Amino acid sequence: MGELLVLIDHAEGQPRKLSLQMLAAANQVAGQTGDTVSAVWLGEGGAGAAEVLGRHGATKLYSWNSSDAFGYVTLPQVEALQQVIDTSGAQVLFFASTNLVKDVAARLAIRVEAGVITDATGVEVVDGKLQATKEVFGGELITRCTFADGVKQFVGISNNAFVAEETGGGAAELVEIDVTLSETATKAKVTSVEKQVTADRPDIAEAAIVVSGGRGLGSEDGFKLMEELADVLGAGVGASRAATDAGWYPHRYQIGQTGRTVSPMLYIGSGISGAIQHRAGMQTSQNIIAINKDGEAPIFQIADFGIVGDLYTVVPKLIEELKARKG
Amino acid sequence: MKVIVPVKRVPDTAGEKNIDPNDKTVDRDGIESVLCPINEFSIEEAVRLKESHGAEVKVLLMGPESAQPILRKALSYGLDAAVQITDDALAGSDAIGTARAIAKALEGEEFDLVIFGNQATDARTCVVPAAVAEILGLPSLTYARHLEVDGDKVVVHREHEEGYDVVESTLPAIVSVVEAINEPRYPSFKGIMAAKSKPLDVKSAADLGVDTSQVGQANARAVLTEFEQRPPKEAGTIVEDDGSGSTAAQLADWMQSKKFV
Repeated sequence: MGELLVLIDHAEGQPRKLSLQMLAAANQVAGQTGDTVSAVWLGEGGAGAAEVLGRHGATKLYSWNSSDAFGYVTLPQVEALQQVIDTSGAQVLFFASTNLVKDVAARLAIRVEAGVITDATGVEVVDGKLQATKEVFGGELITRCTFADGVKQFVGISNNAFVAEETGGGAAELVEIDVTLSETATKAKVTSVEKQVTADRPDIAEAAIVVSGGRGLGSEDGFKLMEELADVLGAGVGASRAATDAGWYPHRYQIGQTGRTVSPMLYIGSGISGAIQHRAGMQTSQNIIAINKDGEAPIFQIADFGIVGDLYTVVPKLIEELKARKG
Repeated sequence: MKVIVPVKRVPDTAGEKNIDPNDKTVDRDGIESVLCPINEFSIEEAVRLKESHGAEVKVLLMGPESAQPILRKALSYGLDAAVQITDDALAGSDAIGTARAIAKALEGEEFDLVIFGNQATDARTCVVPAAVAEILGLPSLTYARHLEVDGDKVVVHREHEEGYDVVESTLPAIVSVVEAINEPRYPSFKGIMAAKSKPLDVKSAADLGVDTSQVGQANARAVLTEFEQRPPKEAGTIVEDDGSGSTAAQLADWMQSKKFV
């Protein structure tokens, strides 16, 4: 019996939603292999999360309680994880398929001879081998990938691909670790951290619902309407490239071929025609709503519910309706 | 200063894509291939360093001979020279194998900065830049939405889900850029003409000293086993609003039936 490691992604002492979803993915694999699931917490506040991580299936929690974990670029996390892998003998690591964590996995893979699969939306064990599902080419092809024999297996898990579940376990056993950083690890420094996300609105990658606006909004003001709709639904706000290029909304919310990929339970596109470049970033959403004046807009081809109409008439009414139904 | 911009040939997002069922690699026959759109941003950033710091910029591509038009396209933006790594032994490499080959090519070049795109639009794995940095023992300042070079120092604003981190390192370093970093320009006619005669250095795995037991499909650590086209979506409900916004209630009903309200 071995250990499956889950690198916990966290903010302000709390595991992110994706971390609990990753534990669900690891539990699923452990159920097939008989392995146990261990969480790894790099940075401060790990001890406080032992209970919630245990409830979600982690039996052990390796914690490096140090502000150095994020004080330098990537390498402190790599070196800490390398130490955990070496001492635990773990062959499998689940990580968050997010920008900065993918770098940790990439660098670590070189050090410990691992294969890396990112953005997995499913995992299972087939003929004794770990297999992951991944969508490529903007969701046009669904692929299944596995690992070569004898290499360590790193699987990046996508947001919202798994449902977090409590397994009834008690607090994870805390194993404090100490890491002595190499000189190389402290070469690239983080000098400041700029938070730009509004505290009460989820990020588009994590949100179960994404409200997105495009060229059809006509102006920056349209995004106030998008935000109002998002806030009724507890949604994140995204934008098409046309809208971010016009300066109506910050670039980091751009969904599409060159921007970010989202795969929420519900995507609501307003004033978005749905050019292939945009669809490549959102067409794997589970449900798609489109509101657009142009009935010929390609987004209607993939919409589960489409309204051909003026978004400035429809969206305010929709907000009213939703507020009324929520009571 | 010397800058290298690794680029990738990818299937056009708007075109058809297929994976060859026999060898499980992207089937490039009869499909439209383009310079990865993210590379327009990494090339633009390099051109800006040419203008502001007098940087010499080389573009680097790993791929078959048929990918050379992609290198010429990159050169047409005003880059100085091109290096192509091409070898049958490299075909079908996974991200880690690709990183090993690119790292070997970089070892043979002089550079202060390597500027990748943060992802390629085909598989969007994102691991190559950091893996290359690891192999070369260099800092990886990836996902840059802002980049400044000052003497032997580079400062990058690294974009992530919650904002950005300001990070700094000495050169040489590996960076990758996100599309928020700049507004790419179009190649000029002069640039397109000049690109035809710029130096292109073609190298094999043996030329670079790539260990062929580490690259190629047979040595991939992550292996594609099966694939299928995404099943076509069933047609949804489309309603036409009469200008009164009355369809909003229908939409709210639908959202309620799906438990989004």
